[in-house]
Amino acid sequence: MLFPSWAFLLFLAVLVPVYYLVPKRIQWIVLLLANGVFVCFAGLLGAVFMAVTIVTVYAASRGIDTLFISQRDTLAAMKATHTKEERKKERLRFEKKRRGILVACLVVNFGILFALKYGAMLGRLSAGLFGTKAFGQDLALTMGISFYTFSTVGYLLDVYRETIPAEKNPLKLALFTSFFPLLVQGPITRFETAGKALTEPHTFSGERFLSASLRIAWGYWKKLIVADRLLVAVRALCAKPDVYRGDFILVEMLLYAACLYADFTGGIDITIGVGEMLGVPIEENFNRPYFSKSISEYWRRWHITLGEWFKRYVYYPLSVSKPMRALSKGTRRFGVGVSRRVPVYLATLLVWALTGAWHGSNLTFLVWGLLNGAVILLSEELKPLYARFHARFPRLTESAFYRGFTVIRTVLLLSSLRILDCYGTVKDAFSSFFSMFTTWNWGAVFRGGVQSLGLSYFDYAVAFSGVLAMFALSMVQRSGAIRPRILKRGTVFSVCVLLVLIGTILIFGRYGFGFDASQFIYNRF
Amino acid sequence: MEQLLDILRELHPETDFETETRLVDGGVLASFDIVMLITRIEEEFDVVIPAKDIVPANFNSAEALYALITRIGEQDD
Repeated sequence: MLFPSWAFLLFLAVLVPVYYLVPKRIQWIVLLLANGVFVCFAGLLGAVFMAVTIVTVYAASRGIDTLFISQRDTLAAMKATHTKEERKKERLRFEKKRRGILVACLVVNFGILFALKYGAMLGRLSAGLFGTKAFGQDLALTMGISFYTFSTVGYLLDVYRETIPAEKNPLKLALFTSFFPLLVQGPITRFETAGKALTEPHTFSGERFLSASLRIAWGYWKKLIVADRLLVAVRALCAKPDVYRGDFILVEMLLYAACLYADFTGGIDITIGVGEMLGVPIEENFNRPYFSKSISEYWRRWHITLGEWFKRYVYYPLSVSKPMRALSKGTRRFGVGVSRRVPVYLATLLVWALTGAWHGSNLTFLVWGLLNGAVILLSEELKPLYARFHARFPRLTESAFYRGFTVIRTVLLLSSLRILDCYGTVKDAFSSFFSMFTTWNWGAVFRGGVQSLGLSYFDYAVAFSGVLAMFALSMVQRSGAIRPRILKRGTVFSVCVLLVLIGTILIFGRYGFGFDASQFIYNRF
Repeated sequence: MEQLLDILRELHPETDFETETRLVDGGVLASFDIVMLITRIEEEFDVVIPAKDIVPANFNSAEALYALITRIGEQDD
């Protein structure tokens, strides 16, 4: 069920009244049933994979929790009769058992994810090498698997770390795993926040409903007016790397930056709005990312929940792991500067390789991830140089002009890296990128070039107006959230804003006959 | 505490670590700095900070970080 579909709107129109009309104690059951409908609609195979995740994570979390309790009881009973060494040995025995359960569950769940992400690629490889029939499952048939696997495994890791207790009711874990707004493109959520809110009783609030509707409408606005329009041109540009070169690549980079922003943030607006409508707070996934002054700052403001997940469960544990510490100590003979850098360099590059691999099986994603890691490490190393530059030219570096320059520089840099996302091969991506510096063909771009991309000048005008509107709202957001300010001006004003949003979507949005409202770009990850 | 403040100042000489209480939330310490900091703390204090304790609340101020180091040191004893 696509967010931009009548089926989804009908689904919401039925769910929301039923959700608030049933007795509060069974609200979460209604939500669980709704999740079931949504998941089955996306494909029964996907429902089976999700069930495997729920059952294995539930069993593992309960097993780990039980081991914690028996460890505490056993060690307490041993206190008077056994030595410190014996108690330590017993504690390690419990730790080993817990680790065994955790690893087995991680293997199953990441195994499914790996098989789905890489199965098709391995199938094609096997067909090419051995002439066997190609095999592999299309990831699109298992909606949201990358997102719910990370959220649910995050829950298990929190139980393993004793940050939270294991949930005793398997249906409540199923509710968290399958919460439908999160299955389209995340965000990756934490059981601590969304998990609890999902099962709490919720009372209908007219103001919250209006506020949520505004957020949802704004999400659709960005998706249907800007993203789906620009996607047509971006796809046309990416499809012909031999034809569209030189200055077309700069156009492609900028269009893709606007398109991906409108698509991903628009989808998350809808997700957060739907959550809000049901009384469930969902983590923000963006913080005006295109206003970042460096790539590392950008990654703290774009797809925040994925970055946080990797930091919390991979980057930090890896950096402080025994092998990493041993490696760091072992490299001390090369100087303290080297040994201190070993954990941070290795962990950064590994996390970025994994982030690339999370996005897809294509080599382009791996190269994209590693390049991001390399740029971040390089800018960290250059910090002393920047500091000297700032000290030498304080008036320049504190000026609005310089801040603007760093923001534009970051957008251009991240857009350059994203070129890898547009093409099937690394060679095409690099060749297209470098053609910008060898081919000067602005003439061709503007002599009908942009018109050959499937969009009319009217489409470009609408899309650019949309981009300007998004930019203007981001500027306004600098002084705080916008929706409370709209709602503060009264219900009539708020409803008028909502109607303007809906009206402009109906007039300028790409939907209905003749148009193919596309799935969100991040859904394929 | 003074030892810890010296390590922090090495990383970010421009920050007043004695008064700052939003080191992570305010963006002073990024993940890169945190790992460098943990490596330095292990060198100086002989204390290994476990992954589950690497949360913003423990790194938002020098005071909170010092309390964490003391707590882990006591546990190890």
